[in-house]
Amino acid sequence: MDDELAISVRGLRKAYGDNVAVAGVDLDVHRGEVFALLGPNGAGKTTTVEILEGYRRRDAGEVTVLGADPAHPDAGWRSRVGIVLQGTGEFDELTVAEVIRHFSGFYPDADDPDKVIERVGLAGKAKARTHTLSGGQKRRLDVALGIIGRPELLFLDEPTTGFDPEARREFWELIRDLAAAGTTIVLTTHYLDEAEALADRVGVITGGRLVEVSAPNRLGNRQEALATVSWRTPDGTPELAQTATPTALVADLAVRYGGEVPGLTVTRPTLEDVYLTMIGHAR
Amino acid sequence: MTTTTKPATPVAATRGRRPGAGGLALRQGRLEITQFLRSRESVVFTMGFPIIMILIFASIFHGTIGGGVKFTQYFITGMIATGLMTVSFQNLGIWIPIERDRGVLKRYRGTPMPKWVWFAGKVIMVVAIGIAETALLLAVAVALFDLDLPGTAGKWFTFGWVAVLGVTACTLCGIAISSLARTARSGSAVVTPVALVLQFISGVFFVFTDLPTWMQQVAALFPLKWMCQGLRSVFLPSSFGAQEPGGSFELGRVAVVLALWCVIGVVLCLTTFRWTTKRDG
Repeated sequence: MDDELAISVRGLRKAYGDNVAVAGVDLDVHRGEVFALLGPNGAGKTTTVEILEGYRRRDAGEVTVLGADPAHPDAGWRSRVGIVLQGTGEFDELTVAEVIRHFSGFYPDADDPDKVIERVGLAGKAKARTHTLSGGQKRRLDVALGIIGRPELLFLDEPTTGFDPEARREFWELIRDLAAAGTTIVLTTHYLDEAEALADRVGVITGGRLVEVSAPNRLGNRQEALATVSWRTPDGTPELAQTATPTALVADLAVRYGGEVPGLTVTRPTLEDVYLTMIGHAR
Repeated sequence: MTTTTKPATPVAATRGRRPGAGGLALRQGRLEITQFLRSRESVVFTMGFPIIMILIFASIFHGTIGGGVKFTQYFITGMIATGLMTVSFQNLGIWIPIERDRGVLKRYRGTPMPKWVWFAGKVIMVVAIGIAETALLLAVAVALFDLDLPGTAGKWFTFGWVAVLGVTACTLCGIAISSLARTARSGSAVVTPVALVLQFISGVFFVFTDLPTWMQQVAALFPLKWMCQGLRSVFLPSSFGAQEPGGSFELGRVAVVLALWCVIGVVLCLTTFRWTTKRDG
């Protein structure tokens, strides 16, 4: 994979009146990468992504997306970028197949509509009017419209909101397929497991600032964090120790208790612990 | 599937099947017409309203308006003009805010579709539905109320250009006024009163010259009055021109005023059109 940047952002700022939504974000996304922008509601995720998508004007900063400034999108650039917005724009009077086929006509290099319908799992609903779809199915239609042009770069704004667990797994597979085919993917999510499952790197955004960017398993120096070892003494009192060398402690305990240690657990901070600490600190 | 190919890779000619600009506009027009015809409210309200009005009017007024000319000949002009305004101005002024609110317009903006294609689609829809609706109206009036159709090519020509200019002006104004509505629901609240008032003061429901002078003068600022007047020159004998406020059908002025509204409409569209709602930034 080449190391060219799909997205480069420096000093991005955007305010709505007095409300500063994005307060100086620097960000690089490499080609072929799956990048997750993780943050609570109102953190500035959607504003940031919509600036990158060419929907919103920025107040300050330098932004390059696929080699161009998204503030002035042209048709060539648009045909290389796929967008799955947070709010769905529905075509109540049309069927799934009609909408996807129609949108395929906008792209110079569109994928086969039937294959895309199949791929997002709407084959059984191809002839259904879109207003009869469930929330999750409408979201799949959104995804289908985002990928019909075979984009180099795909933006997904909270793509799995409203999905049941099985639909989410299927969706994750689809994203992995697209990533495997070389598509650069930027997704926003407030689901930690989603970021952990899909992203090569995660950017945590809160209060309009990117507080950390790293691989999901390295977030907040998670790997180096102290492990928590807990067990019970023979009289049932819970004991707890934080240590950088849990294996040695467990071996020591095993000797002390002559075999099984009652109620033994060894944990490291979950992504969620790290994340909650992070957005807590930033506030 | 395409998983073996990098999406960035330039593709074989077989995939390059994007229609040309004209093709895109026609596809967009077809899609708009399909959406319109499948939306029962649109069909009943837009297509049905003028038909219902002519049925009511023709049943109430059987008489003549002098010179042996049936009253039908007079109010068919108002009904045609109203129908054209409904399909263009009201239809767009009500539907565009709904599409904007639903995020349909935002979705289109995220594709490589040239902006003008979307507008072309709306225009094609308005023209197609306008022709169908006018034909239906004439057919009902001829079949049930003995309407006399224009007898000369010249009159049909006048009919044609008045309709085209009027529809163009109303379409542009409909697109422009759609930006005043803040939500999906407020579109009809913005548009309906405007349309209704214009219908009353422009001589659709009453004989124009029976209206108070100040009302005639207000109506003369807007396109509907001139559309009706132009159509009267088509459906009434030329001698009736003398009874118009200007002493003739003033076709030159009809053309100028309607063309002026086209210009105003274009300027308003270019300066005020929004693809997203206010809350979308």
